[in-house]
Amino acid sequence: MSTLHTVNKSPFSNNSLESCLQLCSEQDCILLIEDGAYGAVAHSPCAGSLQQASARGIGIYVLQSDAQARGLQDLLDNIEPTDYQGFVQLSCQHQCIQSWY
Amino acid sequence: MKFTVVILGAPYSSAASYSAYRFCRALLEQGHQLARLFFYADGVHNGSALTCPPQDELDLQQAWRQLITKHQLDAVVCIAAALRRGVLDAAERDRYAKPADNLACEFNLSGLGQLIEACATCDRTVTFGA
Repeated sequence: MSTLHTVNKSPFSNNSLESCLQLCSEQDCILLIEDGAYGAVAHSPCAGSLQQASARGIGIYVLQSDAQARGLQDLLDNIEPTDYQGFVQLSCQHQCIQSWY
Repeated sequence: MKFTVVILGAPYSSAASYSAYRFCRALLEQGHQLARLFFYADGVHNGSALTCPPQDELDLQQAWRQLITKHQLDAVVCIAAALRRGVLDAAERDRYAKPADNLACEFNLSGLGQLIEACATCDRTVTFGA
């Protein structure tokens, strides 16, 4: 059973993304929303772990509107921008949605 | 698919309420069913009818009320969380002999059983934490 993990806290101030990455399985996806979008920048504290997760086949997404609202540029290469329509589709693709907040 | 959406954040305190609102709109646009909205913890403040945000800002509570009316959604505000935060309907106002009530008519006060039932009967439960 695959899980969509949503993370809404910045890894600069909170360890929810780190905890999420430790519990993520291969078929899961992570969606960075709200302040969680700070996790998508190249110099974020979890950048290395996110790259490793991506290499394991875990899909990493960021809500583009939340990244833009925070003026975030220089996002990690293997993070895919998405919108709320994509958020809903990801919710349908996974049996469980785990919110980290 | 049948969705339940849980909102834990008060409007203007965190992004949770606005994120949940946009998510709900997107899922309804895609033709999914939104079986229940459950406002819990600080999320109960979304049900207040007395908020007055500046005119040049989004009125998030009004946006929720319009969405609930338009799609005839079941919007439940947790009664225990609401009472201790001063969000009351007319019945609770009378029960506790308070001078006013403030729950907007689009919402209903009810218990956690409504959340459990919704989780058990829906395909997906999505929580927006504060």
